Amino acid sequence: MRTKSRKTTFSRAALAVTVLALAAAGCGKSSTESGGGGSSASAGTYSGKGIGLAYDVGGKGDQSFNDAAFAGFQKAEKEFGIGGRDVEPSDNESSADKVQRLEQLARAGYNPVIGVGFVYAPAVKEVAAKYPKVTFGIVDDDTVKAKNVADLLFDAEQSSYLAGVAAAKATKKHHIGFIGGVDVPLIHTFEAGFDQGARSVDPKIKIESQYLTQTAQEGGFSSPDKGKDAASGQIEAGADVIYHAAGLSGQGVIQSAAQHKVWAIGVDSDQYKQSSLADYKDWILGSALKNVGGAVYELTRSVVQGKPLSGEVRGDLKSGGVGFADSNPRYRAMKDVVAAVEKARQDIIDGKVTVEAR
Amino acid sequence: MKKFDKERVLLAVAGPVIALVAAIVLTSIVLIASGKSPIEPYTLMLQQAGYSDVQVLILNQASMYYLAALAVAIGFRMNLFNIGVDGQYRLAAVITAVVGAHLALPSFLQIPVLLLVGMLTGALWSGIAGVLKVTRGVSEVVATIMLNSIATALIGYLTLSSVWGVQVGNNMTTGTMKKSGWFPGIDLGAEVGEIYGLVFLAVAMGVVYWIVLNRTRFGFDLRATGESETAAAASGVDAKKMVLTAMLISGAVAGLSGLPLLLGDAHTYSLSFPTGLGFTGITIALLGRNNPVGIAFAALLIAFLDKASPALDYATPVAYEKEIATIMQGLIVFAVVISYEAVRQWGLRRQQKRVGAELAAAAAALNNSEKKEVAAR
Repeated sequence: MRTKSRKTTFSRAALAVTVLALAAAGCGKSSTESGGGGSSASAGTYSGKGIGLAYDVGGKGDQSFNDAAFAGFQKAEKEFGIGGRDVEPSDNESSADKVQRLEQLARAGYNPVIGVGFVYAPAVKEVAAKYPKVTFGIVDDDTVKAKNVADLLFDAEQSSYLAGVAAAKATKKHHIGFIGGVDVPLIHTFEAGFDQGARSVDPKIKIESQYLTQTAQEGGFSSPDKGKDAASGQIEAGADVIYHAAGLSGQGVIQSAAQHKVWAIGVDSDQYKQSSLADYKDWILGSALKNVGGAVYELTRSVVQGKPLSGEVRGDLKSGGVGFADSNPRYRAMKDVVAAVEKARQDIIDGKVTVEAR
Repeated sequence: MKKFDKERVLLAVAGPVIALVAAIVLTSIVLIASGKSPIEPYTLMLQQAGYSDVQVLILNQASMYYLAALAVAIGFRMNLFNIGVDGQYRLAAVITAVVGAHLALPSFLQIPVLLLVGMLTGALWSGIAGVLKVTRGVSEVVATIMLNSIATALIGYLTLSSVWGVQVGNNMTTGTMKKSGWFPGIDLGAEVGEIYGLVFLAVAMGVVYWIVLNRTRFGFDLRATGESETAAAASGVDAKKMVLTAMLISGAVAGLSGLPLLLGDAHTYSLSFPTGLGFTGITIALLGRNNPVGIAFAALLIAFLDKASPALDYATPVAYEKEIATIMQGLIVFAVVISYEAVRQWGLRRQQKRVGAELAAAAAALNNSEKKEVAAR
């Protein structure tokens, strides 16, 4: 590894690399220029190529949030007989890559184009301005305000409130737990609602709280083993109902709860019905629903029918965008719990109870 | 002298080339095994490289990879394995973003201050590992891995709304930086994008790296200590001081590697700021053989794989998994390590043979006992 007497070779090579790289960048057509023509969804006749769905890192296959979006995507694809493309991001990418991804989808003629996750907000904002005829959707973000953008929001604190009521009613030790996937504001909403709901039943209830990781990149939403460890810890500490908002990691939470024969509460979709959790479903008290799939489907329908949604599209208990799944017969048998949850639901819808998001 | 150079260039190039070819062959085998065309993905990706907007993405990404890899390479030259580049650049980016959001100086002061803040933060973080190593003998590998985790937790704390965090929608940011700290780039139009201005910083750092290592007393000491600590000590080099200095410089360069994006485009540190640059930097430093030009090629190659592969998802009529590129990157790492070792041994054998032949020839010709070429190595 000696490096002597290479001065001229080096400087020449360095110059060559620099010049090559700088000169190369910027020549040739841009990939979007050479794409197909644009699309238009005006006049009621849909002429787009279908739905463009862009996930965040750790997207498809999380059995939760992203898969819920995919379910809505599939349903819309089938029902309206349109095409669709769903794309996952790569590692280490920045907003510029997300811009390029959305732009490729828009340029290729997909309409609507939906960014799943708030990290797409800056990209949606930028691309939506360039493609005014395409409808964009952004899940979990309300910062993008444009005519052709629908902000798909969910009052997860409301469904979490119901989960809190159910947990506080079902616990025998007055001790429950919350496990969040990643320590971010979005997940804090779930915890805030859950805490408020539980304390509305029993102000002195003991609530364990834990977040699996600081950042999504560390796998807080995608590590069942982490969920399992956290759940075991809370159960040992005495909790006997555990609510998770942890994506795929929640599978570990539910598994651990079932093994210790305590209740778990699922999140996002009705986890009682998930085949991968069939062995543990008896211990799933219910699930706090967040109907991302429904929102994707509705947005697509509005575009296909020529009346695209725009602005804030809020899913709450009233609209059915969030809710509490009661598929487990063992849950339905507990009449007082069911009644309390039903009452809380009605109170929120009637405005008698306001759930704080943080 | 000239002949000797050629030999060395051959050896230097053989490693990466063999590694690349092996990685491509192995990836093709994976493709064939999964019943797909073993050639089309490559042509699709090469086609992407022809598009100007993809080129801009590649170049921007490569500039960050390049800085991260230089940071790793500085450690390697000193026989130090700085796995902590990842934590160092993330922490540096956070602190720089915070300073940039609260400090408002005119541009010509603001930007140097921000660069300095990034370097100092990175150096501070790697310095902890350096101090632990020279005072307590703690392996820098263990220390830097742990510092990565601590950096993550610290960033989590610093970005709380009660500290320096600013919540935008559901995203946690550090607030938008003052405009005077935005580094202007080369705007190639809305269709193509903008080349980060700090790409030039990356290039300049490469030149500085080469000059410092090869043309200064310090660089010589560093390389000497890296090759043999005892030998360096015997010639009067303070090994401990060298370890600490190398760690600090490595961290300072690491601290720069997130800044092209931060100052050029993002203007805030948020939950969507890329992570993992430091680990990719290790791959690139290995592939580039710690040589500034080699690292540049390696950074461009890995950035190319990153940015060209998403198109595989869109390919018609048959879509390919873009994870092909991930497989390839993994295989490159394996192939690089194996082929470098193989080439090194092959080179040694070649040298021995040549020396042996020269010796024999010399002995036959003159029956003399000494020839200067023998001392060449």
